[in-house]
Amino acid sequence: MKEYLLNIKNAFKLKHYINYIVLLAVFALFTALYYAGALNRSTPSLFNQILYSVILAVSLNLVVGFLGELSLGHAGFMCIGAYLGTFISNMLIGAGMNTVLALAISMVAGAAVAAAFGLLVGLPALRLRGDYLAIVTLAFGEIIRNICRNLPFFGGAQGLGSVIYSENLTNKKSLPMFIPTFICLMLMLVVIQNLIRSKHGRAITAIRDNEIAAKAMGVNVTYYKLLVFVLSAAFAGFAGVIYGAGVSPVEYSTFDYNYSIEILVMVVLGGMGSINGSIISAALITVINFYLKAYLTGDMAAIKTLIYALILIVMVVYKNAPALKSFREKYTFKKLIDKIVNRKKAVDYVTDDTARWDVVPTKIEMNEVLSTDLVVTESVVSPDKEVK
Amino acid sequence: MFFSTLIDGLSLGAIYALIALGYTMVYGIAKMLNFAHGDIIMVGALTVYYSLSVENTVLSIILAVLLPVVICTVLGIVVEKTAYKPLRGASPLAVLITAIGISYLLQGIAQLKFVFGVTPETVTNFKIPGSIFGINWSTIVTLVVAAILMIALTVFVKKSKIGRAMVAVSEDRAAAQLMGINVNAIISLTFAIGSALAAAASIFYLMQIPQVSSTLGSMPGIKAFTAAVIGGIGSIPGAMLGGILLGIIEKIALSIPALAPYTVAIEFSLLILILLVKPSGLLGKKRNEKV
Repeated sequence: MKEYLLNIKNAFKLKHYINYIVLLAVFALFTALYYAGALNRSTPSLFNQILYSVILAVSLNLVVGFLGELSLGHAGFMCIGAYLGTFISNMLIGAGMNTVLALAISMVAGAAVAAAFGLLVGLPALRLRGDYLAIVTLAFGEIIRNICRNLPFFGGAQGLGSVIYSENLTNKKSLPMFIPTFICLMLMLVVIQNLIRSKHGRAITAIRDNEIAAKAMGVNVTYYKLLVFVLSAAFAGFAGVIYGAGVSPVEYSTFDYNYSIEILVMVVLGGMGSINGSIISAALITVINFYLKAYLTGDMAAIKTLIYALILIVMVVYKNAPALKSFREKYTFKKLIDKIVNRKKAVDYVTDDTARWDVVPTKIEMNEVLSTDLVVTESVVSPDKEVK
Repeated sequence: MFFSTLIDGLSLGAIYALIALGYTMVYGIAKMLNFAHGDIIMVGALTVYYSLSVENTVLSIILAVLLPVVICTVLGIVVEKTAYKPLRGASPLAVLITAIGISYLLQGIAQLKFVFGVTPETVTNFKIPGSIFGINWSTIVTLVVAAILMIALTVFVKKSKIGRAMVAVSEDRAAAQLMGINVNAIISLTFAIGSALAAAASIFYLMQIPQVSSTLGSMPGIKAFTAAVIGGIGSIPGAMLGGILLGIIEKIALSIPALAPYTVAIEFSLLILILLVKPSGLLGKKRNEKV
């Protein structure tokens, strides 16, 4: 009984809800400033951009960080949402429907269709892993872009004009886009955070750490993989609809491979498997991109590419290189914070305790356990990987 | 008409096959998808572009043929040693993301103003003039040289001691090491050969599409990977077959007006279809999952 009460007490700790509180506070402040008229013209659109980037990053993190599969077609799902959402809302508004209602309907439709495509991509994920799956998602994103470009009712190469966008420009009293975006973001956070903290989330991380072991423990791998792909695609679809309502025209060239990589950079910088990390890094990268947009064009675009490349390489090599293992354990971010806050003596954190969902369980490599001088290949070998 | 489409497809396919060989060898031996392979082609193409700006015509042609091979080979080894080697034994996801990072890094360096910049440039006069039986000499040279390179590679892998060491490493790295094979050297050599083939491909690619840009490599890179998968990844004849098939399919799709805008979609759908129906590809071997 005592233990049970303790569990409940633990579940309601402030730190598990801190992200909702911070986000709500920022949103409240921002809305107040907006209606007081204290913001300049571009800031609401920046805020909107931050919010949908967070949606994209967190939903990609669900696939990359928690399921452990690389998806390089996230912008493709967004593309579906953007085109379909704009198309539907244009039609509905053309038929005389209220803008807010049209936006809501187009969001649901965009997310539903993106989810259906997520299922379609999830199907290869059942048979393929790692590199193959990454290339399938990349190919899928390119296929979507190619088709959206060539469909006549999607405006072809000129792109699809958005009625909501032009209405917002003319009508000063219209609803600012960041409010529906924020509602979507909160909805997504509730869904994903609770999913990850539930037994389903444990099942998903178990698949990431060792698929065969998870299968042996009775985890329904098929179900969870499809679930993750469908959810992630659906939220990317949401973000796409939001994006489509905020720009005109929606162009197929936006959703290229580089955009998928940009979302991946947000996830990697924030930490794979850390939702709060994704939120922070997505906001940071979006703000930096927004303010440096004027400078990072033309030949200076190289700087952005280089920085993204360095983030990917340095973060991943530092986090994963076997040679740096002892160094990593000595200097963790948590220990640094403990030192600064001085709340308690820095202790060795157990990083593989799955009960602590705020800490990503690190994978125990069989070859680290059985470490010898030999470089042993992966502990699990899939059929696709070991084809000669 | 159909015959010329077929020849065009064959020579494009030969280029894809050369690139696909790099993917397939690295995948077979280092068990990783080298995402930066496409950008090695870009580096090769940039080298050709700069070599051609040399005043002396004869010297510039010699440089344009030799320099890309040297630079790409060195680059392949450097990338392997600095980025991929520290991650040996880490999770495949980490290696894959690093490879994407390297690809981005190479593109970023090429985009720097003092290296190349972002505006695409056209390469002029990089084509062997004239034709025979309606086939360009460039096409014939592409086909002949690609065939020679592929035959040489096959003989090298099958007959030479180093080639057989490569096969051994791809089959079982730990066992190969126990047999006294220097695994690290073999992996570096694989990257070197793959990059040299990519350099050759970049020369032929510029003969067909005479335009250089910092992102030139990504599309042929992904398409060549598609070719490697179609043929069965890890299989050298598979990469050749896959490359040629893909090249012919691309040219045929482009020649039909109704299908032409959807060429990319057709090629990638083929990739997904093959991976779903026969993940081991046309000539690959299927292995069972083991714990």
